[in-house]
Amino acid sequence: MDPPESAASPAPADYLCLSGVSKSYGPLTVVRDVSLAVARGEILTILGPSGCGKTTTLRIIAGFESPDGGRVRLSGADVTDTPAYDRDVHTVFQHYALFPHLSVADNIAFGMRMDKVPEDEIKKRVPEALAMVKLSGFESRRIQSMSGGQMQRVALARAIAGRPAVLLLDEPLGALDLKLRKEMQLELKGLQRRLGIAFIYVTHDQEEAMTMSDRIAVFNHGRIEQVGTPGEIYEMPKTSFVADFIGGANIFSAKVLRGEPGRAHLLLEDEHELNVPLDANESLPGIGARVKVAIRPERVKVFYKDELPFGLIRFDAILKDTVFLGDACQIYLQMFKKNPERLTIAWAGGDRYAVHDDMDVPVIAAVDPEDVYILERDNG
Amino acid sequence: MGKALSWLLGGRKPLASHLLLAPASLWLIFLLVIPAGGLIVLSFAKNGPYGAIVWEFGLHNYARAFDPKYLPVLFRTFAFAAATTVVCLVLGYPLAYYLTFRAGRWRNALLVGLMVPFWSSCLVAYYSWMIVLGKEGLLNTALIRFGFLSEPIGFLYTPFAILLGLVYFYLPFTVLPLYASLDKVPRSVIEAAYDLGAGRWTAFWKVTLPLSLPGVVAGCILTFIPCLGDFLTVEILGGPRYYLLGNLISNQFMMAQDWPFGSALTSLLLAGLVGGLWLYQRWEKA
Repeated sequence: MDPPESAASPAPADYLCLSGVSKSYGPLTVVRDVSLAVARGEILTILGPSGCGKTTTLRIIAGFESPDGGRVRLSGADVTDTPAYDRDVHTVFQHYALFPHLSVADNIAFGMRMDKVPEDEIKKRVPEALAMVKLSGFESRRIQSMSGGQMQRVALARAIAGRPAVLLLDEPLGALDLKLRKEMQLELKGLQRRLGIAFIYVTHDQEEAMTMSDRIAVFNHGRIEQVGTPGEIYEMPKTSFVADFIGGANIFSAKVLRGEPGRAHLLLEDEHELNVPLDANESLPGIGARVKVAIRPERVKVFYKDELPFGLIRFDAILKDTVFLGDACQIYLQMFKKNPERLTIAWAGGDRYAVHDDMDVPVIAAVDPEDVYILERDNG
Repeated sequence: MGKALSWLLGGRKPLASHLLLAPASLWLIFLLVIPAGGLIVLSFAKNGPYGAIVWEFGLHNYARAFDPKYLPVLFRTFAFAAATTVVCLVLGYPLAYYLTFRAGRWRNALLVGLMVPFWSSCLVAYYSWMIVLGKEGLLNTALIRFGFLSEPIGFLYTPFAILLGLVYFYLPFTVLPLYASLDKVPRSVIEAAYDLGAGRWTAFWKVTLPLSLPGVVAGCILTFIPCLGDFLTVEILGGPRYYLLGNLISNQFMMAQDWPFGSALTSLLLAGLVGGLWLYQRWEKA
């Protein structure tokens, strides 16, 4: 795996920068050598399955945990040993963590009072913060009388009222229902654009990550698998984990037959020859090496008749199952004769295949070689 | 009785919920409601010669209870109960805090340790305190051995011994509600205070302490109220000079054989407690 591109670059002022951060609990290493730089005004999402170390990484940035190794720098200064209360970083907690004995206004004013902001300034900034989260007029409400969505907004207002350099959000929308979550995602994004501060956003929801982020850092087993824009992560996944975790992918095994500048000839699942492109900075793994390749399900075209467009590679396949999902349809194909158990998933838009309940009929699957990505060497 | 039973088992609620309630209800009716009712009735009766009860009803026992000669007893009782509550709170809060936030994997073992005094009879416990505090007890021997004293001090039968005994016995009553309410304070809320710039002390004063106040109040009530009725501590460690309300009442039943007067004193204490709790609840809701 390539090291994350941010590892080598030094942190300019106004950046949050982690370099080589590690954390273990007893024999269990939860964060391994994580290096990451976040620009001012950027939304960076830390995405990964539960237990991948994303929350621990966030807690290290917030100052609730101290790393066993590595440094944390904020605005150019080393804050690794700075306690949480002295860091210019505020957190929106997963379950809001509002102060239940204080009113909405006192919750929002808490951080400013700690920073000794004058009371008349606080009086101005509390309604401002409430207006930003669309809760104007809620100053004297009690926390217990509010809905989950409202509490989420108060937590947000409390965290931004003190104008931190970086805002950390730990699955902030996890407890909300789907519709409210979608609304809040766009609202958060709008809020971040207005404030112009860096957001570090932790989630396990890949769709949320795609919606929110300028860049995504995909975590797995405490490591960064890949950092990139949502487009890069989706279009050019570097590992099979990334390919599979974001958007779903068909991952095949292939053998390198020969190479030419910028391209490689592969034998896919020991059956089909493909000539696929290499990334600009990717070198050919070596003749005879086994690699993993990925094809996005929506890039697999399915035809019932001979109507193969020019430039696509044709596979004679058998239709095994279709699943109608409303806006799309999932098609399961048997593409390989040597390995009939290995099904390929294809996506088709609309209802074109929905009514097709003939199973085990011959169809044609077609793939553009440009849509096949080499992920990594196959050691398995 | 038949009416009470039909009230208990009838109604619109399903039978099962009555069955669930029945054992506790019967227990309370036979062992609390009926005896307490009898006590109240008895408090209006008259005391005859040799402890006989004369069923002539009147308020004479209550009139006697308000005799100024009992005021010092009442005052002393409240003073000891209040002092015990304060000492228990001062000792108990740090202990409960430690159990909740610092004890880690020792937490359960320490909680069990806290309960151990309950498993032995408090008579045994108090007699062992006598061994410690007596003229030739452990404390005096140790203080003389290490040169702090030249002659033994009478620790027993002093207000100090009473307070020590009361705190010793009632400390778990303070600590357990405190522990329960501190344990309910979400760690993330305390972390939120740190996150927003509060140091440890500020976070404690502004967040942890206010959120644990229900436990403080519950712990104080649970300590103060039984303290008001305690008589064994003074009986064993305090001696007759420091008789409290509990001793006064128990003497009416055991020594003076004046059950009606003892009942009146008990009824007054009960009324005072119920009234006090009622006022507290009204204040809390307001």
